[in-house]
Amino acid sequence: MEKTLDLKYTYTEKKDTRSGFGDGFLELGRSNPNVVGLCADLIGSLKMGAFQNEFPERFFQTGIAEANMMGIAAGMTIGGKIPFTGTFANFSTGRVYDQIRQSIAYSGKNVKICASHAGLTLGEDGATHQILEDVGMMKMLPHMTVINPCDYNQTKAATIAIADYEGPVYLRFGRPKWPIFTDPAQKFEIGKAWKMIEGTDVTIFATGHLVWEAVLAEAALREEGISAEVINIHTIKPLDQEAILDSVAKTGCAVSAEEHQLNGGLGDSVAQTLARNNPAPMEYVGVNDSFGESGTPTELLEKYGLNAANIVAAAKKVLARK
Amino acid sequence: MQKKTIEELESICSQVRRDCLRMVHAVQSGHPGASLGCTEFFVGLYFDQMNHDPSFNMNALNEDVFFLSNGHISPVFYSVLSRSGYFPVDEMNTFRKINSRLQGHPATHEHLPGIRIASGSLGQGLSVAIGVAQAKKLNEDDKTVYILMGDGEQEEGQIWEAAMYAAHWKVDNLIATIDLNRQQIDGPTKEVMDLIDLRAKYESFGWTVIDTHAGNDMKSVLEGLEKAKALSRKGKPVLNLLHTEMGYGVDFMVGTHKWHGIAPSDEQLADALGQLPETLGDY
Repeated sequence: MEKTLDLKYTYTEKKDTRSGFGDGFLELGRSNPNVVGLCADLIGSLKMGAFQNEFPERFFQTGIAEANMMGIAAGMTIGGKIPFTGTFANFSTGRVYDQIRQSIAYSGKNVKICASHAGLTLGEDGATHQILEDVGMMKMLPHMTVINPCDYNQTKAATIAIADYEGPVYLRFGRPKWPIFTDPAQKFEIGKAWKMIEGTDVTIFATGHLVWEAVLAEAALREEGISAEVINIHTIKPLDQEAILDSVAKTGCAVSAEEHQLNGGLGDSVAQTLARNNPAPMEYVGVNDSFGESGTPTELLEKYGLNAANIVAAAKKVLARK
Repeated sequence: MQKKTIEELESICSQVRRDCLRMVHAVQSGHPGASLGCTEFFVGLYFDQMNHDPSFNMNALNEDVFFLSNGHISPVFYSVLSRSGYFPVDEMNTFRKINSRLQGHPATHEHLPGIRIASGSLGQGLSVAIGVAQAKKLNEDDKTVYILMGDGEQEEGQIWEAAMYAAHWKVDNLIATIDLNRQQIDGPTKEVMDLIDLRAKYESFGWTVIDTHAGNDMKSVLEGLEKAKALSRKGKPVLNLLHTEMGYGVDFMVGTHKWHGIAPSDEQLADALGQLPETLGDY
């Protein structure tokens, strides 16, 4: 699809968002002596090796023991450290939910939970590792910040930004090589949605890898004479309600797009905002009450209805409901 | 500050036990059994062993610091904190009531001085204390981190993740204590889930282990804590197996799991208080 479209954003390189995390984390190591790293036997997968090599005294291998890792991180904040934990998204959330709830969230500890291999695009490892419920679990915790950046550059910028924010953060990123289409010099503002493309007929609220699919969908819709606005919701919590309401006041309808269950995801948060303030027709692109399976990222996005073509279809469906 | 005598510390224990019972009785809710069993340990730590600052700084830089993992014994923690000057003793009147800083289980959310982590869901405190101890090392702070856990709590898997980690990382500025009262909610630990030999378990995990056989005798408690401290900073985390009796100090509460989580009636309270002299003035 992307080869024939007139895209508002283009790319010359693909890279995994986890590498954006790893490179941002290394920069933080150099700029902030209080930043410490913890990893549960996935240093290579999380791209934390460069930090470990340069700052071995500030890096702690925890072994395959994620519950303990969360507690150690909570403890290190008492003493002024800023711990970044690294493991897969599945083991960063569901496996350790009670540890995060009591020792980090309820205790108000300044821990940065950094989670790779989120969603279907983890690919061949299959459903045991493809967590699609993590955003829901994390956003339900009071005062937890939830961030899901869209590409290498945005993930790197987000990683650096969260060290300056005092409080628990869940940072979600992924495994596949993905187009780099945002500015390497961007400033990342937590909680501030980014209007990437202006439009008038329908708003697409996208997060994570699906922001790129939304960029593709916008161009496809434009070819058919439909003007779509694309808003990158990199911070799912706190949600930029003003940006959502301003956009829907103009377009009158919305589509959400995320690599997550429909229950509990970004779409739920957007719908709650609209229902309370400006009820408007809305459609959802996400996983519909299902586990994933093995396959390539592209195959999985297609099979589970999460690619640009699905966003285009959802936009047309919601326009018909206006 | 001049060191308190054993008799002075024992007299504080009597008041702390009164506080625990009166708090639990007032709201007919809370956990008196192990609060009474751990009274000597808490008083020994806060009034003798620890170099700590009741003006309270969350980061605990350059002071000894204590964490309670078995958060349900909050009455004894609150009593000792307030009697040490962390917050007014009157505030014990608010224990477990609406709008209180003295939550059923200790919490940081209401900013009660002396509490640095929420606890209650068991098995988490050891990990937290290890993290604090490692932060102290990073900060070149030579003070000690103390942590108390329950013996039933040893059934939680996270404890053993933490035990492995502490030995691997040579967290030797940490003194963990287990309240070995051999009781848990559903009965004796031997029947509910046999712990078999905690000393052997921890030693095989790479810890230095000592026993404090008379955990309700102030002199023994202090000797145990001093021995633990002398064994710290030698490359291994230290475990103090504190043999206590649940409900110690009140004849009808001692040695049974029955008083784990129930409150005394008016008559039972009067009977119990009759056995515990008021030494510092009731709150």
